[in-house]
Amino acid sequence: MSALDHKAWHDLGRMRGQAVAVGALIASAMAVWVTTVLTERAMLRTRDAYYARQRFADAFASVRRAPEPVGARLAAIAGVAEVETRVIWPGRLDLPDGRRARAMFVSLPDRAPPRLNVLAVRAGRLPLPGERGVAVLTEGFAVANRLGPGDALGAVVNGRRTRLRVIGVALSPEYVYAVGPGMLFPDDRSFGVVWAPRTDLAEAAGLDGAFDAVALRLGPGAAEADVLAAVDRVLEPWGGAGAHGRRDQTSHRYLSDELTQLRALALVMPAIFLGIAAFLLSVIVSRLVAQQRPQVGMLKALGYSDLALAVHYAKLVGAVVAAGAAAGAVGGALLGRGLARMYAEFYRFPFLVYADAPAVVASGAALCALAALVGVAGAVARAARLPPAEAMRPEPPAAFRATGLDRLLARPGVPPAWRMVLRNLSRRPVRAALSALGIASGIAVIVLAGAMQDELRHLLGVYFRDARREDAIVVFSEASGADALTELRALPGVRAVEPFRGVPATLRSGPRRHRTELAGLEPGARLWRLVDARGREVPVPPAGVVLSSQLARMLGVGPGDTVLAEVHEGRRPVLALPVAALVDDFVGVSATVSRARLDAALGDGPRASGALLALAPGAGPEVEARLAERPRVAAVTLGEELRRSMEAVIGRFMGGVVAVLAGFALVLAGGVVYNAARVAHAERQRELATLQVLGFTPGEAWRILAGELAVLVLLAIPAGCALGLGLATLSSRLVSSDLFRLPVVISPGTWARAVGVVCAASGLLVLLARRWVGDVDLVEVLKARE
Amino acid sequence: MASPARASGDRIPAFEARGLEKVYRMGEVDVPALRGVDLELYDGELVVILGPSGSGKSTLLNILGGLDVPTAGRVRYREHDLVGASARALTRYRREHVGFVFQLYNLVPSLTARENVALACEIAPDPMPADEALRRVGLGERLDHFPSQLSGGEQQRVAIARAVAKRPDVLLCDEPTGALDAATGRVVLEVLEQVNRELGTTVVVITHNAAIAALADRVVHVSDGRIARIDRNARRAPAAEIAW
Repeated sequence: MSALDHKAWHDLGRMRGQAVAVGALIASAMAVWVTTVLTERAMLRTRDAYYARQRFADAFASVRRAPEPVGARLAAIAGVAEVETRVIWPGRLDLPDGRRARAMFVSLPDRAPPRLNVLAVRAGRLPLPGERGVAVLTEGFAVANRLGPGDALGAVVNGRRTRLRVIGVALSPEYVYAVGPGMLFPDDRSFGVVWAPRTDLAEAAGLDGAFDAVALRLGPGAAEADVLAAVDRVLEPWGGAGAHGRRDQTSHRYLSDELTQLRALALVMPAIFLGIAAFLLSVIVSRLVAQQRPQVGMLKALGYSDLALAVHYAKLVGAVVAAGAAAGAVGGALLGRGLARMYAEFYRFPFLVYADAPAVVASGAALCALAALVGVAGAVARAARLPPAEAMRPEPPAAFRATGLDRLLARPGVPPAWRMVLRNLSRRPVRAALSALGIASGIAVIVLAGAMQDELRHLLGVYFRDARREDAIVVFSEASGADALTELRALPGVRAVEPFRGVPATLRSGPRRHRTELAGLEPGARLWRLVDARGREVPVPPAGVVLSSQLARMLGVGPGDTVLAEVHEGRRPVLALPVAALVDDFVGVSATVSRARLDAALGDGPRASGALLALAPGAGPEVEARLAERPRVAAVTLGEELRRSMEAVIGRFMGGVVAVLAGFALVLAGGVVYNAARVAHAERQRELATLQVLGFTPGEAWRILAGELAVLVLLAIPAGCALGLGLATLSSRLVSSDLFRLPVVISPGTWARAVGVVCAASGLLVLLARRWVGDVDLVEVLKARE
Repeated sequence: MASPARASGDRIPAFEARGLEKVYRMGEVDVPALRGVDLELYDGELVVILGPSGSGKSTLLNILGGLDVPTAGRVRYREHDLVGASARALTRYRREHVGFVFQLYNLVPSLTARENVALACEIAPDPMPADEALRRVGLGERLDHFPSQLSGGEQQRVAIARAVAKRPDVLLCDEPTGALDAATGRVVLEVLEQVNRELGTTVVVITHNAAIAALADRVVHVSDGRIARIDRNARRAPAAEIAW
């Protein structure tokens, strides 16, 4: 080790507290980078490998009822490599413990295993050729309801009751994200996918010799848009409801959205940490160089070159950065593995392709090095450029001159301590601002973490308190007339019944189109209302349509414009609907008209797809049990149950994320305050000693230091809140899609927690600085040349 | 020049040090700085402690001022025992009785001359107005200048004004002219002399500059941690006559 390296080593030892604080920030940046990038890569690779291995289809279409030979015509379309016709039908399961669950029944080919969307069998087996009365369950549903091969279930499909024997548990790339109709999040307890032999399902659904869904694999180089258009043309006469590519497949889209969020996190968070770390390094190294002026001069006088000195200081910084980056890389790889496993479990990927990519670590290290370089280049260059004779003279006294601030301070009664605090801060406004900004980032990150929870809570609140106020929702197997509603009203415990109707439709405006459900609600309905993200009600118009703002954007229309709605049901009318209003809702996209308008267009008299019920208190289970007997009831869901299960899912998934974010935020705020305290103390040491010689107690002297830090924290509070709001807005933008939009909601508790945590951490560090002031050797400090 | 201190033979000394020893531990080695010092200082005296660097004079001054404690021996200022005192008691002692002036002026760079002096006024029980203190040292016209806008001599005079503003009983000066040229140094010494004369403050100046000794009532020669001898000047030379 050279003599200069020894010096670097000793310097590092003397400023170990600051080195550790900056190292921790670098480590956090690195850890966040490595964790999120590795997790994102792992998820992408796992997903792609999973899709490839299970031959996930490239395109999907649904149709009302197409005879089986139509499948051959689809296979003949140029660009289509493989076709699998299917029956997909919603239904209900009666579980062995007496509970009910909703299910999506998906057919498996009778004679051979599926060629597309191949199931990954986790337990048991797939049906044998010709086997009947058997079912394969999704793993999530099986685990959540403690079901497995050998269990027997009651099933109701299209009003027909059958018994099913569970023979297998499996996963499918098609239902990675299995969200039941009307649900916001996947809930494995109340919704599952059930695979059953085609013959069984076709019989129940009345689709013998026909299909209502098709999955396609495209050949290499096929133009997806052309194929989809051709598929639509073939299926049109049979009630085709519009083909769509993998991009619009629900599960795939949810998954892609999550990965996009992860990518955003992978960019934003390390940027914050590295920015702050660069700033702190710059302050620390500037300070060190100023302190070591005489040493720099001496070394130059001895004959050390400018470059040697620059390298010397670079090594010092390099050691801190390298140690931080190494710790961050190890921590990040461990965290990444954990996070990837958590995601993989959440999505129930049958395997995980995770690799500690050296390239990710290397790029992270390069980013850290770059941040450090940006931070310290100026200070190191200054040290290297200093002429030796000048360097050996003590630095001239800090230049202060009267400013506008002084007129303010000139008032009698402003204590000198306050003047010192304010002048010190105002002399280095950029540094003070950046310190405050660093502390503010800590506040902002905690606000962000809290906002994520607040927003989901708000969303559930608006959804269940304002929009959907039913005690139970009943879905009929097919659109039913007034007698079905009368039946519902007659049930004991039912206080109100509000019918709704939903039909699949494609909305069009010029070349833009979007396939969705066109909902028909009763104007003035109390149980199901259109409510925007802020909880305000939007009335259902008698003639026009109310669109989600997101859908209006997608179609490029606004209030007053007209959209065409091609209904894929009944006599397949095309409605010209004036846009009456937009609603800023946050889940999915909706198009709502009055039920009467829908009935009139379809010409089949008043019909309902289902109804919302208001029940007498405690009547839920009783009503649910009675409805289960009715053949035309496809599903009954109690509102309370739905709410509880959604809250549980959100709580489980968000808890970890919030804790991790809060931890990083503390490192951030703590690191900044600690360094600000250290530097302020080092710079004011002589002043503080002077004051003590004059007869100030260490406590009185410390108050000046504490005052300076307090001002920084005070400045940081509004800045941090503003920054937090900005981050929350950014994150809500990033997660917004046509599936999901989060309004920016930050509760008073979140503000208080963010400010409180950072103030408490700052307070502790400032108290620590009290000891530094007391421990100083006054004589040493006052005699030493600065 | 018949100050009361001149005939101090049977008076009670303000400071009394007996058998003072101070050993600094520098790593593995013990470095003795004081090796048994006995000394009395009387009210209103102007004393110069003279000695080469490393002779222990600064250590002695710091112990008298309550900035340091001896390894052995006793030292008392009036009724204050400075040896067994707590840090809090020493702070109080400095606040109420002692003014310090250092070779490096140790002004607070972020405060103007007036504000630097006001720092001391703030905590003293019966302070002199800051403006008056600065006028006494000849800086009545530079009240609102920051240290970086003052010359070395002016900065040192601000430091003296700051020390004096508390109306201390004793002014302890550690090489007050060490960083100044002779002409500027003389101005500073004149100020010290004037403080001693007009306010009756006991002034102790430590220096390695023998020329300054002429200023004193008594000159304490220190060498190698001991008091070599104490001379009494028959006549105090005015600062204006001193040259080096």
